[in-house]
Formats: sequence, C-alpha cells, structure tokens
Amino acid sequence: MPPRTDGSTLNVTQSLTARTGNLFHRYANPGRFLRMGARLQPWLTWPALVLSIIGITWGLFFSPADWQQGDSVRIMYVHVPTAWLASSGYMGIAICSVLSLVWRHPLADLAAVEIGPVGAAITAVCLATGSLWGKPMWGTWWVWDARLTSVLVLFFLYLGHIALIRAFDEPQRGYRAAAILGLAGAIDLPIIKFSVQWWNTLHQPDSITVTGAPTMSTSMLWPLGLTTLGFTLGFGAIVLARLRAAVMESRMRTILAANRGRQSAPQHNSTP
Amino acid sequence: MTHLPYIVAAYGLTIGVAMVLSINATLRLRQARRRLAAIEQPGRTRQPS
Repeated sequence: MPPRTDGSTLNVTQSLTARTGNLFHRYANPGRFLRMGARLQPWLTWPALVLSIIGITWGLFFSPADWQQGDSVRIMYVHVPTAWLASSGYMGIAICSVLSLVWRHPLADLAAVEIGPVGAAITAVCLATGSLWGKPMWGTWWVWDARLTSVLVLFFLYLGHIALIRAFDEPQRGYRAAAILGLAGAIDLPIIKFSVQWWNTLHQPDSITVTGAPTMSTSMLWPLGLTTLGFTLGFGAIVLARLRAAVMESRMRTILAANRGRQSAPQHNSTP
Repeated sequence: MTHLPYIVAAYGLTIGVAMVLSINATLRLRQARRRLAAIEQPGRTRQPS
C-alpha cells in the first residue's frame, strides 16, 4: 500500500491542475472572449496611445542629455521598451504553449499564432535601435556580444515559431510542434536577462533592477517608464485586436464549413 | 546634436513599425467583423454600408 502522503499529494496536484484548467477554460468560449475583448480593447488602445505620445515627446525633447553619451541616450526611450517587449512577447508564447500542451486551451494556440509576428517585429526593432545606438557609442553597428547574440537568437526563435505553426496541413500538429518550440525556446529568456552579469559584455548592465535602486536620474526614469507602459499596453492592444480577428475568422470558417456540409448532404442522399 | 540621424532613424523605425502593426490589426479586425456579420445575418448585412 503506497504511503498516504503520496496519494494525497497526487490528489492535491490533480485537483489544482483541474481547477486551473477550469479557470482558463471559462474564458475559452469564443463568444464570451469576443465580448470581453471588445470591452477591453479601448482600455488598452487609448492609454497606450496617450502614454506613448507623452513618453516619446518627453524623452525626445525635454529629458536631459547624458553627460557621457550626449543626446544619443534618447534612443534608450524606444530601445529599452522594445527589448522588454521582445522578451515579454516570447514569455507570452511560452505561457500559451503550457496552456495548449497541458490544458488544450483552444484560444492559447490562436494567441500564440498572433503574438509571434508582433513579437518578431518588435525584436527586429529592438535589434535595429540597438545598432543605431551602438554605432555612435561603440563605433560599430554590431558585436557578437552575449546580450546582442542572445537577442538575435530570440529573433530567430520567433521566426522559427511563425514558420513551424503554419508548416502543417493539419493545424493541430503545427500548434503542438510550435508549442514545444515555444517552451524550449523560453530557456533563452534568462540567458538574455543575465547575459550582462554572466559574461563580460560590451552591452551595459541593467540600470533598473527589482531589488536595487535604479542607477539613472528620475528625469530619465519617468519618460522611460511612460514609454515602457505605453508600448506594453500598445503591444497588448495589437495582439488583442489580432486575436479577436482570428477568433472571428475561425468562426467564419466553421459556419461556412457547416453550410457546405448542409448543402452537400441532400445531394449525397439523393444518389441511389 | 551630432547623433541626430541615429536618433531620428531609431524613432522613425519604431513609430513606423508600430503604425504598420496597428493599422494591419485594425483593418484585419474590421474586415473580419464585416465578413462575419455578412455570414451570420446575410439578409441585413448584404446591403451596402
């Protein structure tokens, strides 16, 4: 007879998994999601627009120049938010992968499909703005530095995810393969985060950490916070709009397939 | 401001990509909404809008 503790631990784990699954599946109904998404959309879109405009204007025209970097430090106000979103977007894909593989959540696969291209575009912007900042500061567009290389790997992971999820005739196989890649690729996220600590890199260490005080002036921190929050809400708004469109397109395909089935059924029955 | 071209390029690229993504998402959502309405309620939504 197995020890009682093992059995109860298993029951607790199963119960927790089932409860979490039920919680997620409550929002899996397409109609409920579309209603909730329509209500949420303006609350993401308009604050994103306002915060981004204020943050960009502040960073570009009113924040002080850096004593070492001069005005090129203003690139930070677009580079740092895109770097944050590049990692966050992939974290979103990894979460969708867990929801898809463990609970077979129907919206998780669609969300992963829609996050991919947006995340890839933002990662490309992060790499490009980093190069545009690096050229005047380091004297070169690119170095094979641990931070830069790990972000480049993230960009390729996004491209791989986009390609893999659309690579199969049967969508479910593509979703499953992409979910495995999404989970495996998440190992790159701590490498990106800690690369500046683990290796001697040309890229500067983090100026803002969870535990320590920020190492930059508040006059720079404010516009950076505003653009980061604005871009994050904007990312959410774009992904939500794409996901709503994807759910509607999926619903359209279902209705059209059902209509085709109804139309072809009597002809088939009439054949002797 | 000797680094002006780099700053302008960085902001231009970021704003440009953000606008492309936003416009693409908006148009796709609008088209999906219109087509779904046309399928779900054919009599009412086939009229030109």
